[in-house]
Amino acid sequence: MWEFLQTYGPRLLDGALVTCAQFVLAALVACSAALVAGLGRLSPVWPLRTLATLYIELFRGTSLLVQLYWIFFVLPLFGLSLPKFEAGFLSVGLNVGAYGAEIVRGAITAVPRGQWEAGYALSMSPARRMRRIILPQALVLMLPPWGNLLIELLKGTALVALIAVPDLMFVAKQINGTTFRSAEAFGAALVIYYVLARLLITPAMRGLERTMARRLGRA
Amino acid sequence: MDLSAYPLELPESDRPMVRFLNVTKSYGSLVVLDNLNLDIQRGEMVSVIGPSGSGKTTVLRMLMTLETINGGVIYVDGKPLTHMVRGGRLVPADEAHLRRMRASIGMCFQHFNLFPHMTALQNCMEGPVQVLGLSKAEARARAEDLLAMVGMIDKKDQHPSRLSGGQQQRVAIARALAMRPRIMLFDEVTSALDPEVIGEVTEVIRKLVAEHDLTMLMVTHQMGFARDISDRICFFYKGKIEEQAPPEQFFANPQRERTQQFLRAVKDAD
Amino acid sequence: MRFDWNWDFTLEILPRLLRAALNTLIAAGVGYALAMVLGLIFALALRSPWRLPRTLLREGLEFIRSTPLVVQIFFIFYVGPQIGITLSPWVAGMIAIGLHYSAYLAEVYRAGIEAVPRGQWEACRALNMSTRDSYFRIVLPQALPHAIPGMGNYLVGIFKDTPMLSVIGVTELMQAANSIGSETYRFLEPYTLVGVIFLALSLPTAGLVRLGERRLRSKLGL
Repeated sequence: MWEFLQTYGPRLLDGALVTCAQFVLAALVACSAALVAGLGRLSPVWPLRTLATLYIELFRGTSLLVQLYWIFFVLPLFGLSLPKFEAGFLSVGLNVGAYGAEIVRGAITAVPRGQWEAGYALSMSPARRMRRIILPQALVLMLPPWGNLLIELLKGTALVALIAVPDLMFVAKQINGTTFRSAEAFGAALVIYYVLARLLITPAMRGLERTMARRLGRA
Repeated sequence: MDLSAYPLELPESDRPMVRFLNVTKSYGSLVVLDNLNLDIQRGEMVSVIGPSGSGKTTVLRMLMTLETINGGVIYVDGKPLTHMVRGGRLVPADEAHLRRMRASIGMCFQHFNLFPHMTALQNCMEGPVQVLGLSKAEARARAEDLLAMVGMIDKKDQHPSRLSGGQQQRVAIARALAMRPRIMLFDEVTSALDPEVIGEVTEVIRKLVAEHDLTMLMVTHQMGFARDISDRICFFYKGKIEEQAPPEQFFANPQRERTQQFLRAVKDAD
Repeated sequence: MRFDWNWDFTLEILPRLLRAALNTLIAAGVGYALAMVLGLIFALALRSPWRLPRTLLREGLEFIRSTPLVVQIFFIFYVGPQIGITLSPWVAGMIAIGLHYSAYLAEVYRAGIEAVPRGQWEACRALNMSTRDSYFRIVLPQALPHAIPGMGNYLVGIFKDTPMLSVIGVTELMQAANSIGSETYRFLEPYTLVGVIFLALSLPTAGLVRLGERRLRSKLGL
């Protein structure tokens, strides 16, 4: 095991770095898509609402892998060619964003009605009420479910290996293919994923939750 | 709805601060307010009382435009609130008109509705800075004055979750006053409070009545308090004003059967 | 590669894809059955009085939930031969997907069991019921309604994760589309059809899950 890590450790770490990059970029895509689609679902303008619903149902109703292949192999036929790296994080981000949109929508509707009314009584415009009063409170409500969703997002990035993005899973598969040391190769990859999820993402989200709770004066 | 019978503006000679003119409100087939006519004069303090479900809270919420109305027109300072003039006719108000008009109205809620992610001071600065466009310094000075007036200046940097119900309600009053409204609405502001802190909130309202030139409309269950500070009591029953009179007359010598029943029931409960 | 949609080609490949879709359903069904049973075993084991095994199991399930299913599929498929057991793609795939989702279902069951009031246990004790009878006759039937929404969501989830089985050559929908693509160099129709078939199957299922959840809630007076 030790000499396996000595030989292949650096390559696995390179792969893990690509995984981290995919994770960060996909998370940015997911958060933006979730916010836009979540607000869209609540919009009084029906075309926006329909568009948001369409996006959410389409991406939640099919598989990430199908979406990834479609975006990478089929979109070019429509004249939109994405390099594999971009196609990777974009697919993962859009997929997770559809789930995130429902979290955003749920959190916004969970803010008590009285908060809307208080903002209204202060003559605030709808946009300002949303931005200054509702969203900050909804943010606190949606952090715990987002913690779980980000773990799912990290797991989702493993699929970009299937369109040959050289991430952790891709490297593990390559090592397995040349050495047949499957237990070590995939085992090491699994452990690295676990470490990323439980020692980086989870504590970071917990910290964020605590910070936000303090800002609400609840800590 | 035919609006041609309603004036576009009330004449100088007959211009109360608030006028409900034939106002009707219903939810589906349930009529909450039936052809309401009510004037509130400048500087007047009117208390609205009545059994639950009598539509009294709806009166306040309609004036704050939190509820739309199904018939009639509400005027504030002679100008239509629920409607606006376009092409020489009254048409239902748009969002911009509502925002302009409700700038002169402030409201305090039963459950305070303070913004939990802001301190007491920030709650009171939010409206002036964001809506009125005051500078931070001006808004802060104004907010601190008002927090001092309601006796909450030493708690100004606390979040609402750290304050008692009575303290939260006093901050909520300061927050509403920071917008410099000409009309203040109090919607059962003591109903959610523990008995021992009700006094600190009513004390603030007494002070407002004594020292300020506000027009006030208050829904309350506290008969003694209403009697002490009101210029007029309005008793609502089943969506209509059953009886209205100055407090001495209203409590000492109620005219209507329903009013007598209600006052007896309230007295028995005490 | 061309951009225009070819209907003849679509009709030609549709039967093949539908046959593969049947395999997808079988894979999801078998995987889910395995996950339900394993999940229940894990959920009960998580409540065992022995601390060390309990902690180990909890950490193990956490590990399974936090790592990608596709890597787990590879791990199980390729590690078998290394230690002298050769698993067919189907067997390896079912073990991987069943194990992965059992970790989620264990959590759903646990929450369901914890939602049953303490008084029910005490009543069982007072009637001198065995632990086994208390679980299977009293507690689990009451835990089930609390668990059903979560179980429904993961049923839809497992169905949508079956395309990952294509990576080890299980002949489900995705794999069929991949082969068609590599045989004909046409990707537009097969991949789009896969998406459409998934939508056609998962939207009604998700709708049914939501409907069932509402029914159940109103039946329980929630």
